[in-house]
Amino acid sequence: MAAVLRSPTTIVGLMIIAIIAVGASASPNFLSATYLLQQLQISSFLGVVALGALGVIVLGQIDLSIPWTMTSAAIAATSVVGVGAAAQDVWSTELAMPIGLAVGAFIGLVNGIGVALLRVPAMIWTLGINAVILGLCIFITGGFAPPGEASPLMRSLAVGRTLGLPNALYVWLGVSAVAAFLLTRTYIGRAIVAIGNGERAAYLSGIATQGVVILVFVFAGMCSALGGLLLAGYANQAYQTMGDPYLLPVIAAIVIGGTSIQGGSGSVTGMLLGVVFMTLLTSVLSVLQMPDPHRQIIYGAVILVTLLLYGRFNRPIT
Amino acid sequence: MVAAEIAPERRRRSPLSLPPGAWRLALPLVVLAILFGVLIAIHPRGLAVASMTPWANQAVTLAFVAVGQFFVVVTRGLDLSIGAVLALSNALASELVSGTPLEIAVGVVAVLAVGCLCGAINGVAVVFGRIQPIVATLATGAIYTGLALIVRPTPGGDVDEALSDLLTYETFGFFPTSLILLFAVVYLVWWPLSRTVLGRSLYAIGSNESAAFMSGLNPKRARLLAHVLAGFFAACGGLFLAFQTLSGDASVGFSYTLNSIAAVVIGGASLAGGVGTVIGVIAGAYLLRTISTIMIFTGLPPMAQPLFEGLVLLAAVSVGAIEMITSRNKLKVLR
Amino acid sequence: MIVIGVAGPSHRLRAVTVSSTNASHRAVGPASDGPITSAATGRSADAGGEFVSLAGISKSYGGTNALQSVDLSIRRASIHAILGENGAGKSTLIKVLTGVVRPDAGSVTVDGEELAVRSPATAAAAGIACVFQELSLVPDLSVADNIFLAHGTGPLGFIDRRRQRKAAEALLRELGSEVRPTDIVRSLTLSEAQLVEIAKALAKRPRLLILDEATSALGEQQVGRLFQILRRLRDEGVSILYITHRMHEVDTLCDTCSVFRNGRHVETFVQGTRSPDAVVELMLGRSVSQIYPPKPAPAVGPPLLEVSGLTWDGRIDKVSFVVRPGEIYGIGGLDGHGQQETLLALFGVLRNVTGEVRFDGRPVQIGSPGRAKGRALGIALVPEDRKSEGLHLPLTIANNLTLSVLNRLTRFGVINGGRQRRLVDELMKRLQIKASTPKAPVSSLSGGNQQKVVLAKWLACDPRLILLCDPTRGIDVGTKAEIYGLLRRLADEGAAIVLHTTDYDELIGLCDRVGIFYGGTILRELTGDDINERNILRASFALADDAPIAEGVH
Repeated sequence: MAAVLRSPTTIVGLMIIAIIAVGASASPNFLSATYLLQQLQISSFLGVVALGALGVIVLGQIDLSIPWTMTSAAIAATSVVGVGAAAQDVWSTELAMPIGLAVGAFIGLVNGIGVALLRVPAMIWTLGINAVILGLCIFITGGFAPPGEASPLMRSLAVGRTLGLPNALYVWLGVSAVAAFLLTRTYIGRAIVAIGNGERAAYLSGIATQGVVILVFVFAGMCSALGGLLLAGYANQAYQTMGDPYLLPVIAAIVIGGTSIQGGSGSVTGMLLGVVFMTLLTSVLSVLQMPDPHRQIIYGAVILVTLLLYGRFNRPIT
Repeated sequence: MVAAEIAPERRRRSPLSLPPGAWRLALPLVVLAILFGVLIAIHPRGLAVASMTPWANQAVTLAFVAVGQFFVVVTRGLDLSIGAVLALSNALASELVSGTPLEIAVGVVAVLAVGCLCGAINGVAVVFGRIQPIVATLATGAIYTGLALIVRPTPGGDVDEALSDLLTYETFGFFPTSLILLFAVVYLVWWPLSRTVLGRSLYAIGSNESAAFMSGLNPKRARLLAHVLAGFFAACGGLFLAFQTLSGDASVGFSYTLNSIAAVVIGGASLAGGVGTVIGVIAGAYLLRTISTIMIFTGLPPMAQPLFEGLVLLAAVSVGAIEMITSRNKLKVLR
Repeated sequence: MIVIGVAGPSHRLRAVTVSSTNASHRAVGPASDGPITSAATGRSADAGGEFVSLAGISKSYGGTNALQSVDLSIRRASIHAILGENGAGKSTLIKVLTGVVRPDAGSVTVDGEELAVRSPATAAAAGIACVFQELSLVPDLSVADNIFLAHGTGPLGFIDRRRQRKAAEALLRELGSEVRPTDIVRSLTLSEAQLVEIAKALAKRPRLLILDEATSALGEQQVGRLFQILRRLRDEGVSILYITHRMHEVDTLCDTCSVFRNGRHVETFVQGTRSPDAVVELMLGRSVSQIYPPKPAPAVGPPLLEVSGLTWDGRIDKVSFVVRPGEIYGIGGLDGHGQQETLLALFGVLRNVTGEVRFDGRPVQIGSPGRAKGRALGIALVPEDRKSEGLHLPLTIANNLTLSVLNRLTRFGVINGGRQRRLVDELMKRLQIKASTPKAPVSSLSGGNQQKVVLAKWLACDPRLILLCDPTRGIDVGTKAEIYGLLRRLADEGAAIVLHTTDYDELIGLCDRVGIFYGGTILRELTGDDINERNILRASFALADDAPIAEGVH
């Protein structure tokens, strides 16, 4: 019983309830189904990106190229639509999403090669890759938002509804279910956890560790791309800074979900709560009409306090 | 497990070859020297006061921040709030460092103290709150950024111009004062510390924390010290930036965080902790900035500059990969 | 005579001198002459009296009691052996004495005063130093920095690098080590590092010196030198706590023995008053009839593995040998002569290996561990370092056991839970792994049971060739006997086994044929009655048959 109360899932659950209570007292709208569904819709963009990042973190690595992977995938997809519209090509709208996802997969592949084969620390390699994609995008677009718009599919996934629920939520939960299944029930998931706990022992157990690492980074790249595509669908355009606000909340959501940043273990369910928590925290601060600086301070302080609570209750035996 | 980290077979080296770690220091210094030569060759003014002082000044802020980052990295940590501390101290400097000489002095001390305090808070969160450094500083970074924005919502403010001139021009009419300032601060703080058990324990806990603990060192104290040093040097960077720009800007932080990590790695430190030198890290910071300057003078289209900067960063961090790819024992490259 | 500086408990540098012979010792003062010595000198008027006493010490981790109300008295001027199986509580005892863990109950009295050992620093201040089995060295710092890690050698606690280097050099020379004070610890071999660890403890000039399996990687001569030093320190009044699994070391060195079992202090007796069998019975709580299984008749038939001219990176030099099914082939020699590398090469870990490897008569390329363990070859490797290479300590026993056979438990990549459970149950039963549940993390097991998990993990693959790298290092007698029996059974069932070990008792007792490595190659191969201590030692040092062997510890 005590263990249940102390688990990160319980703590973050209680925090979510507290946030909703604060939000509800500030604005009666907060508790309405419309508002909460909208929050879940926004959570989905963050949640999809975080799923890929979770795999990388369980490996004991980190992906700092998230912002520009999102942005470049979105730019690629919207440009394809834009170019297609100019050339009156009917296929381009269908191709937008696959091309966006392919961009993400390719970036993930390069990330994985750097980390697994060149053995550059992920922290610095993915940072460099982020800078290169940024440079490429600026070089190609000339620093302006590229002409184009989201394809109908992107728009429908981002803002459409089915049976009263946002499509984005289905996408998020679907990808989450797949990720959770992969992580807990399959060879690849077991291999990821093993590598996160010690790559030497995993390698000596006959696991092709480098291949697994590359694969996880490719998956992460595609998740980031999907997040970027949904976001572009939501805004019906791509813009240079669209990915920037996502990196830190993604890491925070994963950690608040009870996953150790050091790797070796990870919880998809915990992370779902973490994502909802981060989204609600942002929205309650805007409901309270908090100015941006104060918002940042509270944001940081709440994350810190949550993690302090985890540390308090989960003292390692020395 | 120390046993696992020790080579199963020792390779005798010839007396002429450099000791194992020396390339980590030599490489950034050599590359920096080459780039410096290139810069002088293509700079319209060549080797002159008018070209040297800007060159020296433009990297001092990053060098300060990178040195601060290095102290955390060497303990196997990471400070993602370091740019925010820089921004906060920069914003504070634009409020406090002006007026009478006494007011200026108090202002400088206050800014440095706030930097140390930010570092100490990070340290407490990491050491006593048992939060991973990368996550703890992610959260505190948001707090410091918010505070910086409250202090200085929009860029501006007032910084004493006389002091600024003193620090950003030349000593004896030719030597950039900023370089003297940088090395004086680093020397005064780190040189004595590096000769104490506490200073050495920064490296020791980064290299193997449990061994350091079993040997009677105090990992908590060392880690706390590392974060305070990071805060202090970030504040030094923030102050210098204020002198350089004569104003404060709360939004400069994030790029400095990222570049400080890059400078630390390029400067030969290992993100796995325990390895690296302050001199190498300063060279790393200058290397990054020199590359940017060279690109401006080579007439590279402005739109292509971020791309080249990114490629150069990738190339620089890949140098270490050569060793990995050529290693004949595959186990050795694994963690 | 060399003048060196050694940091004492006062953290002040005191000059003492070292001689490499065991000459008469004198009282130590600043700049006086005398061998490696300790702060205890001069206070040893009541030599033989009690120096440290433990009363009612208890410590438990989670639910397991590592120590249960232990009373122990350690006298001055005594070399006191602590014996016991793994999991008997020896390592916890050391951790309590050195302040690495705090006991749940009980008190530690040093020199008549109760001591609150809160951290390794307070233990060091009380004059307690320890040579840790797992080494307390920091890999990225130099040898000299490590030896004086927590002590400044200069005024005000500052580090005087020159003095530190000289003092380290003198200590290392005394121990017969060739490493330089400026060498980085990461570049040392295990045996070199172990000597540095010993030097580090000696540099603290301890009044109580604890050695935990301190000789496991040392050669004969190094052990001999160490024993000389220890005897001299004892004569000067230092208390020495000596933990080992090697009974012959206890015989030659110790004067008092204490036996621990299941976290309790069972008995303390004067060395020599109990027969070896009686001591083993005390440790196990039962008697063991035979440690090594009987050897069968020499295996005949075609070899499974034929290695010829195996060469790699200057460290393996034209190694050739064959192993038949049913055979246990021993690999011996001094530490670091290419033995580990040969096993790694056969498991596909090393790149650019030249020479020919035939498996079942067919030449094969073993590119990676994944290929080595595959059905075509069926090779298993029990690696040297079980904690970082053999196991994932935080993961469950079940996950560890199935990791190397996971691909056989899956369908389209999805793990079959039922098959996994059955396999885990079978393996745990087969190797008698003692654990409450397969869901417990491997880190909660004792060393012997952890090693059984490593073995079981590879047996799950039904390997035809099993490579083992020192599988019994630091493991208790009972588990050792179980592992020997298991290996022999596997061989009888048709597996070929290559066993690398640093313990030549194992080469003699267990192996059918033995190859002794020297300088990266097999210098001599021994069979049958030729596998004896004398021949192994001669070959290890590359001595001609009539050359005398250096006086060892026997």
